[in-house]
Amino acid sequence: MAMAIKLSLILLLCLSSLLAPSFSLFEDQVGLMDWHQRYIGKVKHAVFHTQKAGRKRVLVSTEENVIASLDLRRGEIFWRHVLGPNDVVDKIDIALGKYVITLSSEGSILRAWNLPDGQMVWESFLSGSKYSKALLTVPSNLKVDLDSPIFVYSGGCLHAISSIDGEYLWKKDFAIESVDVHQLILSGGSDVVHAVGVTDSSQFDTYEIDVKNGGLLKHTSASFPGGVYGEILPVSGDRFVVLDASRSVVLLITVNNGATHLQQTHVSDLIHGSSENTVILPSKLSGIFSLRTDSCIVFVKVTDEGKLNVMEKVDKTVVVSDALALSEGEQAFALVQQGDSKIELSVRLVHDMSSNHLKETVKMDHERGFVHKIFINNYVRTDRSHGFRALIVMEDHSLLLLQQGEIVWTRDDGLASVIDVTTSELPVEKIGVSVAKVEHSLFEWLKGHMLKLKGTLMLATPDEVAAIQQIRLQSSQKNKMTRDHNGFRKLLILLTRAGKLYALHTGNGRVVWSTLLQSLRTTSQQQCAGLKLRQWQVPHHHALDNNPSVLVVGRCGLSLTSPSALSIVDAYTGKELQNLGPAEHSTVQVITLPFRDSTEQQLHLLIDADKRAHLYPTTPEAASIFQRESENVYWYSVESEAGILRGYGVKKTHSSEYSFEARNLWSIVFPAESEKIIATVTRKPNEVVHTQAKVIADEDVMYKYISKNMVFVATVSPKASGPIGSATPDESVLVVYLIDTVTGRILHRMTHLGSQGPVHAVLSENWVVYHYFNLRAHRYEMSVIEIYDQSRAENKDVLKLIVGKHNLTTPVSSYSRPEVTTKSQSYFFTHSVKAISVSSTAKGITSKHLLIGTIGDQVLALDKRFVDPRRSLNPTQAEKEEGLLPLTDALPIIPQSYVTHAFKVEGLRGIETIPAKLESTSLVFAYGVDLFYTRIAPSKTYDSLTEDFNYALLLLTIVALVIAIFVTWVLSERKDLQDKWR
Amino acid sequence: MEKGKGVLGSRKWAVEFTDNSSTRDILDPPGFTRASPDQDDSSLTRQKKDAEANWKSQKAWEVAQAPFKNLMMMGFMMWMAGNTVHLFSIGITFSALWQPLSALQGVGKVFEPYKDNKVDLLAPKLLYIALNLGGMLLGVWKLNSLGLLPTHASDWVSSLSPAHEVEFSGGGAALY
Repeated sequence: MAMAIKLSLILLLCLSSLLAPSFSLFEDQVGLMDWHQRYIGKVKHAVFHTQKAGRKRVLVSTEENVIASLDLRRGEIFWRHVLGPNDVVDKIDIALGKYVITLSSEGSILRAWNLPDGQMVWESFLSGSKYSKALLTVPSNLKVDLDSPIFVYSGGCLHAISSIDGEYLWKKDFAIESVDVHQLILSGGSDVVHAVGVTDSSQFDTYEIDVKNGGLLKHTSASFPGGVYGEILPVSGDRFVVLDASRSVVLLITVNNGATHLQQTHVSDLIHGSSENTVILPSKLSGIFSLRTDSCIVFVKVTDEGKLNVMEKVDKTVVVSDALALSEGEQAFALVQQGDSKIELSVRLVHDMSSNHLKETVKMDHERGFVHKIFINNYVRTDRSHGFRALIVMEDHSLLLLQQGEIVWTRDDGLASVIDVTTSELPVEKIGVSVAKVEHSLFEWLKGHMLKLKGTLMLATPDEVAAIQQIRLQSSQKNKMTRDHNGFRKLLILLTRAGKLYALHTGNGRVVWSTLLQSLRTTSQQQCAGLKLRQWQVPHHHALDNNPSVLVVGRCGLSLTSPSALSIVDAYTGKELQNLGPAEHSTVQVITLPFRDSTEQQLHLLIDADKRAHLYPTTPEAASIFQRESENVYWYSVESEAGILRGYGVKKTHSSEYSFEARNLWSIVFPAESEKIIATVTRKPNEVVHTQAKVIADEDVMYKYISKNMVFVATVSPKASGPIGSATPDESVLVVYLIDTVTGRILHRMTHLGSQGPVHAVLSENWVVYHYFNLRAHRYEMSVIEIYDQSRAENKDVLKLIVGKHNLTTPVSSYSRPEVTTKSQSYFFTHSVKAISVSSTAKGITSKHLLIGTIGDQVLALDKRFVDPRRSLNPTQAEKEEGLLPLTDALPIIPQSYVTHAFKVEGLRGIETIPAKLESTSLVFAYGVDLFYTRIAPSKTYDSLTEDFNYALLLLTIVALVIAIFVTWVLSERKDLQDKWR
Repeated sequence: MEKGKGVLGSRKWAVEFTDNSSTRDILDPPGFTRASPDQDDSSLTRQKKDAEANWKSQKAWEVAQAPFKNLMMMGFMMWMAGNTVHLFSIGITFSALWQPLSALQGVGKVFEPYKDNKVDLLAPKLLYIALNLGGMLLGVWKLNSLGLLPTHASDWVSSLSPAHEVEFSGGGAALY
């Protein structure tokens, strides 16, 4: 048996060494087993560009810090830029009809992008003296000395910047006056910028500033006693409205020839009834403002005499767009009213509020939730009337374009903010397929293979070559909704920040179903968000009739003590089977226990903020299983701020059947003055390890220390916890620990002097690989620690092993304090890293690849053999035979080993690996703003034929051989007969 | 064994001239005396038989020694194949193991032509068996030198699954 395995392994090695060390693809293999989807995230601002006859587009900035230009006809991305995670886009606009202007990083970076192709034209850094909100005004028809200035208020200063090259024209500092500017107004035709602001929230100021040189022309101010709440909103050229600090009075401010006149109106006079949480909506409509309270939205008209007239009262779920200037000073705006499974879009003209200019009812999938934002744009129809199109942002972050009462296109941009990923198997294929279908598919199969054969023999015409490629890419096999032998077809279940669950088919990445979880919907009272996604029920043997299901754990509220929301969702249909929330307890940790009940439901422990453990599912059976095993169940918490690790066990006395008190067993306190926790990593709970022995050169054996209860902790000195460069090499120390989480025993501790974070690490089997910055060498480094069990090392007597006299299969306990030894080594690594993961296979036999998410948003596969601490400068012959590589100071980056090949997974946040049923293959899913999926085979696909294996050629060869055998047999018979007659 | 076959094996038919049972009632041709073979010189027959036994034992020894040549050739080929595992060396090793085995199965058959009451076949048979066993040993030794024999601890533990852990622990940093 052992010999057979050895033999096969050796043959395998020979094969793999024959097949060259590259893992790359050919050009025509792209898209065969991988897919890439590009998203932008939830749209914050949108600017239409439809004036010219050319391509109509909409420019958007999103909450994922993406700036994108979308095709208005089909919703595709023309170009897209993903800014850094800290470079939040504040404002977006179009200047000169050819530049897209973006203001980002709290108003400190102003950039211009070329509208057609998205190349950056110029970039200006604006320095300010204090934090303030960022305002951007791009005047459409203002010319100052052949230049069109852009006005930016940020950091307490007003900047005028040339829109041609981004040069500073002038700067006016408001910080001295300690004014907080709320609005920049440019009245058409004049050379004056009006800056409207508030000083110390009790004085209203207007400044008139010359656009040519930034000189102050006029300053008026008026104080109001109550203070203000929120933003000042301009109603007309000289009128402004703002709420007072108590949010119960609307102040109407009129500026007239240097004099400022204040007028107070109680909200309760405008809205009869409750007026809690009043806000003025930021839609700028001339002569009208809108107030939103808990119960409704009212539109209030400001008459020329300064009177406030309530024009209309609508439901509070109505979403109002900004005003859109039509011809001759006319303005239109859009309202969206939420129906049951439809939305009502109505466009109104500002001067004629009484009637709808346009009213359309659009059917809307209720899984998209409420409308969050609306942007409108007009076009001129052939009969010279105005038509409108509306861009709608939904609750699930999807983006839709409505035109003429229909949805023109939709984008599922919620997928740009994936929080957690899990997988589910597809249903087993039903037996009993019609004969006609089999015949048809057989015919198709044969046809496909004949085509392939032609291609192999170079007989195919270019049309046929294209057809072959088409067949390969759109193989119906890979998109089936049933389980396959190799385990490649699965459902990827994604939880997004919007609280929506998506199920994606691994074959081509299409959305199979999506559900907006009711338990995670944010309401006006509370803000809910998903936290974790776990497999809840994975039917294997007993409960095959049941569909698999997943558990979604969320939290309703912002603090750790907020109640949690739990729901169980069917993985095949997306139906919410059970809504357990909001539960009365909070959730800070979700622990999947390695136990299952008779219906294959996985037991889970949810730890709340008071360190109590809550058991799910809440069934007597689960409780009895847990009671039986509770002596051996432990958990630990990492308190990064306090620098403490604590371990807990279950207390014997419990408060109720399903909730348990914790008893503190151990704690590790890191000295606050020298160490700060920056990273903790554990092994993946579902990782499979094939063997505990590692065979090294000369047939020697080392026994791995394989424990699932091991945590890797990295700490740095507090000074060095900032960005790179904030501490000198002498001040920064990186310390890494391997800690047993049952007993709190520190298995290994290592210090890296002169190094600092950020630390990215991956823990698998008996090794941990981590990435950090070495300040002395000015380079990134990667280190590996492998941990071995010394207490088993004596098990080397063959005879004893043959008769079974060894302690290798006896269950191990952390309390037996096994002796461990470690080996470690460090290497330089060129890239900085966003995420590290490791490939995982069904049985754990296949060698491992590290999957490194680089700063360039690509995923690099690095063979684990490169980070082997047993590498030495001059390996012996035996070590070479073992496959040990000679030691080098840096890890090689082989360009062909990027698994994302030509694609970028913009904003990469995580890499998930899922074992396929085929031992050689691991499925990789990388997510960020984009999604990318592929399969990798770290030791080549030694257990299957490749996708493009030519079965037809094989068949043909066999047939030819059979014919040849027959012919030669006949010939030899004939010859024999002749011989006999001779 | 090739020679043994040559003596008896290739005959397909035969006419027995000495058989006289059926021709009793027909008169013998003139000049033919039926008694003549019976009246043969007994010493001459013994001499002839001795020669045949001698020849048989000689042949048996030859056959018994034949595997030695084979052994030498095997050894040479093994030396040529080297100690790395590939198709050639594995093929040679397995043929080196298989040949003696099949030869040992057919020991009786090989020595059948030389079966005689007067010839002692035990010694050649023993030699034959010993030489074949030697060949097999050579094959096993080659197998070992290729590293294909489970003689090391690593061969017995390399597929041993990790031991079961008694305790379970989970947790981590608080979720945000």
